[in-house]
Amino acid sequence: MSAPARFHTASPAANVQLHPLSRRIMHWINALAIFVMIGSGWRIYNYYPALPIHWGFPYNWTLGGDFTVTEAVSNDDGLANALLWHFAAMWVLVLNYLAYIVVGLVSGHFRRDFLPITVDAFWRDFVAALRGRLSHQLGEYNAVQKVFYWGVLAVILITILSGLAIWKPVQLQELTWLFGGYEFARIVHFFGMAAIVAFLVVHLALTALVPKTLVAMVFGLASDAPHSLEEERR
Amino acid sequence: MSPVLLEPTPSAAGIERRLFLRQTLGLGALTLLTGCDISDHNSVQKVLKLMSQWNDRAQMFLFSDRRLAPTFAETDVVKDFRYNAFFPAEDAPRLTAADYRLELSGLIGDKRPWSVDQLYALPQESQITRHVCVEGWSMIGKWSGPRLGAFLQRVGADLTAKYVGFQCADGYYGSIDMPTALHPQTIMAVKFADEILPVKYGYPFKVRIPTKLGFKNPKWVTTIYVTNRYPGGFWADRGYNWFSGS
Repeated sequence: MSAPARFHTASPAANVQLHPLSRRIMHWINALAIFVMIGSGWRIYNYYPALPIHWGFPYNWTLGGDFTVTEAVSNDDGLANALLWHFAAMWVLVLNYLAYIVVGLVSGHFRRDFLPITVDAFWRDFVAALRGRLSHQLGEYNAVQKVFYWGVLAVILITILSGLAIWKPVQLQELTWLFGGYEFARIVHFFGMAAIVAFLVVHLALTALVPKTLVAMVFGLASDAPHSLEEERR
Repeated sequence: MSPVLLEPTPSAAGIERRLFLRQTLGLGALTLLTGCDISDHNSVQKVLKLMSQWNDRAQMFLFSDRRLAPTFAETDVVKDFRYNAFFPAEDAPRLTAADYRLELSGLIGDKRPWSVDQLYALPQESQITRHVCVEGWSMIGKWSGPRLGAFLQRVGADLTAKYVGFQCADGYYGSIDMPTALHPQTIMAVKFADEILPVKYGYPFKVRIPTKLGFKNPKWVTTIYVTNRYPGGFWADRGYNWFSGS
């Protein structure tokens, strides 16, 4: 895998191998699976909202086919398709998640890049981030990022497990019990989704602010002058 | 599209809610409507169907005849249980004990029809279990009636066959796998909350299957048949997962 020519023209020393191919593939599979799960999940939610408020997700933001087409073809008003998507993408999400965890542990990615985190470092980077003073160096995660990545991994796991608890309240009844029963598991599943969406908003906003991270997640490496942001400010 | 109007739509209570959602969301849809959706492409539909069949197999693997659905206390029972069908409760089929006969067909030895009294005379079991709807709502109810497995055995059904199918007085139809039919909690519910099953809940009986989603529990059953050929079902034929275990 080679980077586009213009990155080679930058100082070769600044080109760091950031994301191995396996991680990039898993990242984008995960992105697709999460996208399908959220889109179809919103449609499913609309048919019987878990929250006691009279509100649904805008229909054209949801995944599951056009109402008129599905009614004409299969005489269903759009829930069946959303469920098919949800329980198909579920396998992709879970298998990819497990692969990511295994590779992350075995390769040392988690230990090397997501650890250590200290409370001091977190507050220092958190305050710096709020002031807009936090520089982003490719290949290095600040303490706030580290906490966010652990957080989203935990939230995805909770959302998967609460989803299984809703899907199989008989066969996986111990799991359903752990989530406070069928009805409460639906609430947990909903807020798990909400937390993932919140993460995505920040994740995408930061990617838009530092586009080279997107280049790195696509091509594996990108040029990065050390402390470029801080130098720009001086 | 007139056939759509003639054909049933899901739950009466659900219709209002869905209309509300569609109307309120209509404005946004007008501005963003793309006219087609990836879900409607044939190739996508094929992949989704294959995944649904894979999920049938995965659920059969998860299923165990010894795994019982959780049961609840009498105090958890919802007496005013939600009526749910694709037509209003007033249109529910009114079957009478005098005229009703349960027909048997397919791989069954003794195909003599059964009257309501004969069904009532069978040993009954009660259960307080959670009914979970494919839409997401759930309710705890109390159902009583003979075990479907014991009934099938009694009428000499081929218990090694793959499917048990149901035809209902309202035109609804469905089928389940034999292991589920033989599950100890799968009953021909002739009572709800200790009362004779009311018309709106499926008189004279509904097949209560706590290991499956609500729509797999047919009401107003008029025919039971046993077969090795996949019989499909009202909602399965409309794209819902066939096994739909819970």
